[in-house]
Amino acid sequence: MNARRILQSEHVVGWAFAFPAVLLIVVFGIVPIIWSALMSFQRTNLLSTPDWIGLDNYRALSKDPLFKTSAIHAVIYAALFVPLSVGGGLFAAIALNRRVVGMRFYRIAVFVPVVASTIATAIMFLWLFDSHFGLANWALEKVGLGPFGFFTSPNGALYSIVVMTVWGWVGFNAIIYLAALQGVPQELLEAASIDGAKSWSIFRNVTLPLLGPATLFLVVFTSINAIQLFDEVYFLTLGGPGTATYVPVFYLFQLAFQQGIAGYAAAIAYVLLVVILVLTAIQLWVGKRMVYYSS
Amino acid sequence: MSDATIEEVAGEALLEPLPDEGDPGRGRTLFSAWHLILLPLAFVMIIPLLWMVVTSFETLNETRQFPPVLVPGSLRWQNYRDVLEQAPFARWFLNTLFVTVLVVIGNLIFCSLAGYAFARLKFFGRDVIFLLVLATLMIPFQVIMIPTFLIVRQLGLIDTLGALIVPNLAGAFGIFLLRQFFRTLPIELEEAARIDGASRLGILFKIVLPLSGPALATLAVITFMWTWNDFLWPLVTLYSEKNFTLQLGLTTFTGAHQSNTHLLMAANVMSMLPLLLLFFVAQRWFIRGIATTGLKG
Repeated sequence: MNARRILQSEHVVGWAFAFPAVLLIVVFGIVPIIWSALMSFQRTNLLSTPDWIGLDNYRALSKDPLFKTSAIHAVIYAALFVPLSVGGGLFAAIALNRRVVGMRFYRIAVFVPVVASTIATAIMFLWLFDSHFGLANWALEKVGLGPFGFFTSPNGALYSIVVMTVWGWVGFNAIIYLAALQGVPQELLEAASIDGAKSWSIFRNVTLPLLGPATLFLVVFTSINAIQLFDEVYFLTLGGPGTATYVPVFYLFQLAFQQGIAGYAAAIAYVLLVVILVLTAIQLWVGKRMVYYSS
Repeated sequence: MSDATIEEVAGEALLEPLPDEGDPGRGRTLFSAWHLILLPLAFVMIIPLLWMVVTSFETLNETRQFPPVLVPGSLRWQNYRDVLEQAPFARWFLNTLFVTVLVVIGNLIFCSLAGYAFARLKFFGRDVIFLLVLATLMIPFQVIMIPTFLIVRQLGLIDTLGALIVPNLAGAFGIFLLRQFFRTLPIELEEAARIDGASRLGILFKIVLPLSGPALATLAVITFMWTWNDFLWPLVTLYSEKNFTLQLGLTTFTGAHQSNTHLLMAANVMSMLPLLLLFFVAQRWFIRGIATTGLKG
């Protein structure tokens, strides 16, 4: 083979095309995954040479009350955020899948929070939920409730974060459900309707099962999202009041970047990684068993 | 789900009309019970944004009243000027724009090249490498940020905008999205061009990419949004105020102006404006991007 032929072979061209992106993904994706695992067995502060300490970080983690608190908060947060944002998204998508006047406006209203950053959203809700001058307390007063402290209340801060993040994610979930709803074959709905099925029964027995894959995806996706909660906590509450909004990623961030206990933080990161992998595996496993998956 | 179905679904999703493109005007009903659900829903969703905009035009005094002042006495544009004078917002804006534009361009170029290689070329180790790429798609950034920080520090990028640009010039999402799309294109065009002696690079740029507008636009707007809104990574890597992005700047501005709600809201409106404009101009690409995210699993 002459030089020109070699240069044009698919092996060479393929590698040349893929190389820049693959290099970036290896350096900033694959290497950190492996490095994280190694760090979680070390005592290191990001500056000095690390010591190998075996499973000590994980042992300490299992007895750390603040990690336990963070994990419980993550579970409470996920248990509320996942059903509320997925259910809300389904509800919104069904309402937005009609042919009525003003639909363009309604869709924009529901979708637009998707582009608001976590910080921008937090600033809006900081004001909306202001304990003295906030619109929320004013509205609640009208119906004879409150005033609430929201983010400053030890009992209410985590729930206030739930309300805020549900607002931010309903639009995203609605878009995915709406795309799935458009994929429901019209003939199927018409056939059911001709057979005399009531609209609720059509929804329950025809539409909802066909939305199964979207629901499965969203439940897993929003659960993984819930585990990653950080920006809102860092910006609004710093884990407080007290430890009322401590969550794993916030704890991890403090340990690694403010207290320099990086090895221990890496152990937390790996526990999160395992949880996420288990969730993904469940998604694949359930997905394979879904009757309507590839229709 | 088998590989074939993921490909077909994700590729076709980019070709099919999506919710925003169906004609909601055709055969629409003027009065429907659905309005009784849709109106309150839209109202609840829009209130935080509307209230931010209204407050950004109020005086400090108007924000310190209860019950709240719902309609400001006048449109106080001065608030916006005050924000620009009291904090280097213009600087933060340019930093964010610079980072975002470079990251978007990088993703378009590198993900196109890699996506094409994975879609059409048979090269040594291709399937293993592609599996590695897919693996990183599932790993959230929070989980790997400590070693990533160490790597970026080793490269001398800490407290520079490079820390935000270099690691993000290509990503698994973009490679996957484009690969799936390229595979839905008819291969005959490419084969004809090969017979005419065109190089692979020529085929990619002259035949494949011009046909890939929807996929490229989707990748561009989604990458733009992620980069513009990113908070945690800039927080970890940037220390000097002059290097801040808008999201970081907003947090320090909030700290310094805790009780100047009117200024805070004006700053917030400004930080969101580019994405809001992009959303109105390119709504369908946002929607495609999100719908595609939904199919990646």
